[in-house]
Amino acid sequence: MKLPAFASLLAGDTNADRVVPPTGVSARLTLLVSGAMAFLAVFALALSLASGRLATRWGDELANGATLRISAPADQVAAQTQAALRVLDTTPGVGAARALSQDEQRALLEPWFGPDLPVEDLPIPQLIEIIESDGSFDPAGLRLRLAAEVPGAVLDDHARWRRPLVQAASRLKLLGLVSIGLITLATAAMITLAANAALSANAQVIAVLRLVGATDRYIARAFVRRFTLRALTGAAVGTALAMIAVALLPDAGETAGFLTGLSFVGPHWIWPLMVPLLAAIVAFVATRTAALRMLGGLS
Amino acid sequence: MIELENVAYSYGYGGGALLSELSLKLSPGSFHFLTGPSGAGKTTFLKLCYGALRPTSGEVQIFGKDLRGMDRDDIAMARRRIGVVHQDCQFLDHLSVAENIALPLAVSGQEHLADGNLDELMAWVGLTERANALPAELSGGERQRAALARAVIMSPDVVLADEPTGNVDWEMSQRLLTLLVELNRMGKTIMIATHDLSLIRAAKAQVQARVLRISNKRLQLAGADL
Ligand SMILES: Nc1ncnc2c1ncn2[C@@H]1O[C@H](COP(=O)(O)OP(=O)(O)OP(=O)(O)O)[C@@H](O)[C@H]1O
Ligand SMILES: [Mg+2]
Repeated sequence: MKLPAFASLLAGDTNADRVVPPTGVSARLTLLVSGAMAFLAVFALALSLASGRLATRWGDELANGATLRISAPADQVAAQTQAALRVLDTTPGVGAARALSQDEQRALLEPWFGPDLPVEDLPIPQLIEIIESDGSFDPAGLRLRLAAEVPGAVLDDHARWRRPLVQAASRLKLLGLVSIGLITLATAAMITLAANAALSANAQVIAVLRLVGATDRYIARAFVRRFTLRALTGAAVGTALAMIAVALLPDAGETAGFLTGLSFVGPHWIWPLMVPLLAAIVAFVATRTAALRMLGGLS
Repeated sequence: MIELENVAYSYGYGGGALLSELSLKLSPGSFHFLTGPSGAGKTTFLKLCYGALRPTSGEVQIFGKDLRGMDRDDIAMARRRIGVVHQDCQFLDHLSVAENIALPLAVSGQEHLADGNLDELMAWVGLTERANALPAELSGGERQRAALARAVIMSPDVVLADEPTGNVDWEMSQRLLTLLVELNRMGKTIMIATHDLSLIRAAKAQVQARVLRISNKRLQLAGADL
């Protein structure tokens, strides 16, 4: 019911618009509020998307976050590796454990020593990759067992410290979304106030329109159309400014920290474009509700 | 057209009834005058007739529908068939005189009908020159002429006019009366509230008009002595 009304509203009939005199202050207020709110919403959106990306990336790293290193005399490495794999096999919380092949180890070292490193001939520790299955992985307990059974094993769970960060990033994403919700509500409230002010200021106009047979819908439309277009305009400007500001954030490359990762990435640039549309819908619903309620009260 | 059955009305709470035991039937093509001392309730009576006020008790029927069963949309639709001239001629002050007169067409989505009618009507009430003026720039009499033009532009079934000639000279009041008489001859129902006895006399020479009088809260049919 509301969508066709919304479409026809934007399509035309400026005539209904004319019957309401220009509403100075509340009009400028709507423009300003929706512009400022759109600006804030775009930043909240950027924050939310960036923390979402961060949470996903860090979360992936968490999953294979532990490594076992076997340093032993060359003739014992194979035996200790087998022993370590047996231990890991019966360790709760370990989804999979796999000794890296020599090619994989060479690939890991390649950035430092070049492609031709004779890995076979060097006393390089054997690496075992541990993939956690769930949260029950207990590094301290594993270390105790390894100390007894595989003297050359060193457990490195370097990525574990990131767990609270992943939680923080997820929380940040949520807060960003909550902020967008609050911004939407605040915009609706402000536009409702402005619309109510405009309606009260035009009681005389409403009386004349009633006298000549205008329906509530006709009268409301004049106000609604005006406020919706204002909110759309204001939000478009606010969004454009915020997008420019986000785009101009210095880019320190893909691996840079959180602050510079705030920019939108690829298809995420679509999301901020929804902000003006959201503002227009909010203004439409808020003004229409305010107008019909007020007109229902006056009789 | 419009029927009142034992209607009473009082403004606000507590105060006694301003009008009571009103019964009237405005039949199609009838021509009524409404007189009575200032403050007797003529304007209030007209407002009851076009649904701007709801009676405290009794029954009002507009075009055969009980007012109690009509919502605001129904009343808006009825208003399009009732041309009202307000005593204080309310206009939209930011629109030109011509736009104000065409307003009933605009709100009912019939702007296209304005083309020929509007010019003719503006000429008839002598406002052609003032078409682009703002209402605030009009004299009292010009405002009344504009209000009458606005009331009749939709060619309504009923015209309710509250002191339509209060501020105009004799000649202009005769022209406005002629316009109303002409509408009556086309079958429209007319009711005019006025203090102006000479206007009533002039009308009686042209049409079959009944004169109603409000006194002591009641509606009476005035004698033929006028
Ligand atoms: N909105 C209102 N609230 C309370 N009292 C009102 C209201 N409108 C009118 N009255 C009172 O009702 C009485 C009748 O008013 P009304 O306007 O109907 O008189 P009238 O016959 O049209 O007078 P006039 O010839 O001066 O136009 C007056 O005493 C007036 O003060
Ligand atoms: Mg009066």
